[in-house]
Amino acid sequence: MLADRDRIFTNLYGFHDWRLDAARKRGAWDGTKELIARGPDAIIDEMKKSGLRGRGGAGFPTGLKWSFMPKEVKDRPHYLIVNADESEPGTCKDRDIMRHDPHLLIEGCLVAGFAMRANAGYIYVRGEFYNEAVTLEAAIREAYDAGLLGKNACGSGWDFDLYVHRGAGAYICGEETALIESLEGKKGMPRLKPPFPAGSGLYGCPSTVNNVESIAVAPTILRRGAAWFSGLGRQNNTGTKLFCISGHVNKPCNVEEEMGIPLRTLIERHAGGVRGGWDNLLAVIPGGASVPLLPKSICDTVLMDFDSLRDVKSGLGTAAVIVMDKSTDIVKAIARLSYFYKHESCGQCTPCREGTGWMWRVMERMVKGEARLDEIDALEDVTRQVEGHTICALGDAAAWPIQGLIRHFRPEMERRIQARTQRLAAE
Amino acid sequence: MAMVTADPKDVPQVASFAFTAENEASARALMAKYPAGRQASAVIAVLDLAQRQQGWLPRVAMDEVARLLDMAPIRVYEIATFYTMFQLKPKGRHLLQVCTTTPCWLRGSDDIMKACRAAADGTVFSVQEVECLGACVNAPVVQIDDDFYEDLDAASLGRVLDAFRRGERPKAGPQIDRQTSAPAGGPTTLATGD
Repeated sequence: MLADRDRIFTNLYGFHDWRLDAARKRGAWDGTKELIARGPDAIIDEMKKSGLRGRGGAGFPTGLKWSFMPKEVKDRPHYLIVNADESEPGTCKDRDIMRHDPHLLIEGCLVAGFAMRANAGYIYVRGEFYNEAVTLEAAIREAYDAGLLGKNACGSGWDFDLYVHRGAGAYICGEETALIESLEGKKGMPRLKPPFPAGSGLYGCPSTVNNVESIAVAPTILRRGAAWFSGLGRQNNTGTKLFCISGHVNKPCNVEEEMGIPLRTLIERHAGGVRGGWDNLLAVIPGGASVPLLPKSICDTVLMDFDSLRDVKSGLGTAAVIVMDKSTDIVKAIARLSYFYKHESCGQCTPCREGTGWMWRVMERMVKGEARLDEIDALEDVTRQVEGHTICALGDAAAWPIQGLIRHFRPEMERRIQARTQRLAAE
Repeated sequence: MAMVTADPKDVPQVASFAFTAENEASARALMAKYPAGRQASAVIAVLDLAQRQQGWLPRVAMDEVARLLDMAPIRVYEIATFYTMFQLKPKGRHLLQVCTTTPCWLRGSDDIMKACRAAADGTVFSVQEVECLGACVNAPVVQIDDDFYEDLDAASLGRVLDAFRRGERPKAGPQIDRQTSAPAGGPTTLATGD
């Protein structure tokens, strides 16, 4: 188990005060000026060496992403944007960072902003997180008052302004270019890439969008060294990670653990085990709603990291573990996710706008078995036609849970159809 | 994606809308977060301000926001109809936003939804089904106004709603004995808790 001394979020549960004095005692804002004095290239190099992969779902190496920003500021200012639009079903980790350890995030913004030559940053917080945004704003005010933000932030010689921007209810704004559109005061509709945000992002200026957790861990990584972080977890899957364990467990919770922890260990050690015992497990969605579910046979041994989960045709995503025991109507559980994607499609691309509604309607029929057997193949076929044919990944995200269901629970879908057919024949 | 209109037919006529002096100052402060000429970035925040003042968002309020931000009114209507937190019809005193997405559903949101629908009289409470609220390890969750009520069951939801009916604001967060997102019974990490 990860030792407490290796945990970054030491106030994850809010047992302690989030304010500046208490955060400093926990180690935040310790030697920030010296971190910045290393210079942008050294900071980015250290982040690359740490092996940190983005914590928002895609797992793209953070240091590499930072290195895509232009090396000097020309006619257009640079922007840091933090994605706090946490809305992936199952995921509730960034909320804890904002309400309980906001200074780790704010310090991370300064360091990341400096490394990418940005003098301003925006934190895009989902609208429903009103109280979290209020806490974050208050923490930012404290940082300004203490000279940690603003002109000559932290005495570093670098000017950095940081703002909170609240959304208003739209899952799609968690997609980085939709987020930028929303930040510009438009509907959250994803942009075609290229150009990528590092070339032309917010207001057409070089911008980088990072997840809350990716930014909040950066100062600790720099303080303790890339070797410390990369010594945790497994190769190419380094460090610690916030896991959210929800659904049919005895004690749902968030917890910071080492990457690569076995799924079973994670659930049994921290979440009180599966309701009714491990043998009562039916399936787990290991990384938030968008990734395919895993049946118990895979859950028995799988490790929780990017590569291990990819190898079993799922993904780490946001590390939101949704546990379902044998009482679960598994088809209905996935149908509800299909409704989610139908509801959240921005409507821009035809395969997603039409496909999410179509898939949801068929899934609702599958719940009751009101279908022909060959419609399972038709459904699978349509998921393949949506996947990869849209501007953003929402189409993929809508397709994958259904593909996972068909891959692992096709007999259950067939059973429902056959049972209904026999019932009708008997009547 | 849902079809929403900025100008629903069955809403009361509202002749005009003006920000209070205090809210107008707040709106200007929100606009100042963005570079010169980029005041449209504040549209969500200023619409939210209008909604808080009026209780909902009539079209005249959208028009006033458009004027203030120097935006074409249609651009503001687009925003008000795209983002689900904007209420285009009057609501009861408290808005019950019930999460029914899979993590909440697995932990009994059907019962919570049923109870909230029964409580929604349009005067004290209005109800709305919402997608994932992002508090999944504390499911099931209902957002009431700005606060999350977590780890609910029929009994604890009943107590919360009764308190609102009495004009109180019950304590938000988990409605069982537990610290925020820590496992019930105490954390398995950060052992000292002090």
